[in-house]
Amino acid sequence: MLPQNKCPPEIEDYVSAQSLAEAVAAMADGQGSALAGGSDLWAQKDSGNGRMRKRLVNINRVPDLRGVSEAGGVIRLGALTTMTELLESTLLRDKVPVLAKTADRFASSQIRNVATIGGNIANASPAGDAVLPLIGLDAQVELVSKRGKRSLPLDSFFRGPGKTVMEADELIAAVEFATPPKGFHGVFCKSGPRPALEISVVAMCLTGILKGGKLTGPRLVFGAVGPTPMRCVKTEALIDGKALDDALIAEALAIMATEIAPIDDFRASKWYRTQMAQTFLEAELNACR
Amino acid sequence: MSLTHKITFALNGKPVRADADVASSALELLRGAFELGGTKLACGEGECGACTIIVDGRSRNSCLMPAVDLEGREVLTVEGLWREDGIDPVQQAFVDEGAIQCGFCTPGMIMQTKYLLSRNPDLTAEEAERGLEGNVCRCTGYKKIIAAAIGAGTGARD
Repeated sequence: MLPQNKCPPEIEDYVSAQSLAEAVAAMADGQGSALAGGSDLWAQKDSGNGRMRKRLVNINRVPDLRGVSEAGGVIRLGALTTMTELLESTLLRDKVPVLAKTADRFASSQIRNVATIGGNIANASPAGDAVLPLIGLDAQVELVSKRGKRSLPLDSFFRGPGKTVMEADELIAAVEFATPPKGFHGVFCKSGPRPALEISVVAMCLTGILKGGKLTGPRLVFGAVGPTPMRCVKTEALIDGKALDDALIAEALAIMATEIAPIDDFRASKWYRTQMAQTFLEAELNACR
Repeated sequence: MSLTHKITFALNGKPVRADADVASSALELLRGAFELGGTKLACGEGECGACTIIVDGRSRNSCLMPAVDLEGREVLTVEGLWREDGIDPVQQAFVDEGAIQCGFCTPGMIMQTKYLLSRNPDLTAEEAERGLEGNVCRCTGYKKIIAAAIGAGTGARD
C-alpha cells in the first residue's frame, strides 16, 4: 500500500488482449490490472491507493467476456456486461427486472454506458449497487486464470472495502444465476444526497418468491452499511414463508438492525443509515402484504 | 519516459493515428495531440459530464477513458457536429433556447443530448432530465437546457 500522497506506480506494460487466453496470460504473473469500462480504475488511477499494478491489461476486446445469455435455466452475464445492457436487454427486462431497476439508479447515463458487472464486483466497494441484486439472485462468480477456472458464490466473494477472495492472477469471466421462477419478487432501494451519481448512503435489495402475502426463500442484502455488501440471514430466516403482519415486520426491523454494521462517516451517520435501512425494509415488507 | 502505444481510430469520420501515452485519458489525447478543445476537463472523475464524447454510438466521460482504449473505435466530439450547411440541430436548439451561459458545460450537454436523441428522438422532459443527470451546469441554467434537448428532439423528428 502506497502512502496517500505518493504518485501511483508508473504503467510499465500495456496489453490489449484479443482473446480470453491472451487476457489470462497477461494476468498470470499477478502484475496486471484489468481494464474494462475504466470508470473505477481510471478514476482511482491517480489517487495513490495502490490498486493499479504495473501492467495495464485491456480486456474490452475479449469476446468471451461479453454477452447476456440463457441456457438450461441459467442466466449468464459476461463480466463486460454494462449497466446500460442490464437496462436494455429484453431477456433481463422480462425475467429479472430487478437488475434493470438497479441499473436505472446507477451513476449517470455516461457511466452506465461503460461500467461493467465485472468491474462493480472486482472494485468491491461496500456501496457497489449492482452487487446487491446479484447476491439476491444467489449468483455465482466465475473466475479464470492460467491455473484454471473456479466458481464461487458472490455472497462469499467480498472480504472488506476493496478486498475480495480473488487472487492477483484471476479475472472475473462472468456471473451466473438460476432463471428466477414464477412469482419471483425483487426490489432495489437506494438513498443518497441526489438522484444521479450518488454513492449509496444505504442501498437494499429484497428478493424471494411472493405468494399470498408471504415471501419464501427471501434474500435481504444491504449496501453501504458494513465493510462489504451485507446479507441479513437471521432476518431472512425470520420472515421466510410467514404472513407479514405488523408484529413480524417490527421484529424483522429489530433483528435486521443487529445484523448490519453501519459506520459514521462524512456521507451519513450510523444512526441515519440504520433508520434508512429500517425505513426501506418496512416499506418493502408492507408492499409484499 | 512514459510508455506509449500506437493506435488508430475514426475521429469525427476520419481515420487517424496516434502515439497514445498509456497513462493518459482519451480527453488528454483529444485536447492535446488532436487540438480539439471543445471537449472540456472539469471534475476529472466522471461527475460533471463536461468531457462527454460519443464512442461507438454510446456517450461516455472521456476523462475516465484511457486513450489507448480508443483503438479501432468510432469517436464523435463536438467538433464533429459541424456540417457544410451550418451547425447541428442540437446546437441550434441550444442557441434558440438561450441554453448557454458561460458555455463551459455546453459541449458536454450537447453531446449527451445528441446521444439521448440517437436512442429516442422524442424525449419527454423527464427523459431529458434523467438523461442529462450526469451533466452539471454551474450557472444552473437547467431549465433552458432541458427545453433545448426537447426542442432539438422535435427538430430532429420533423
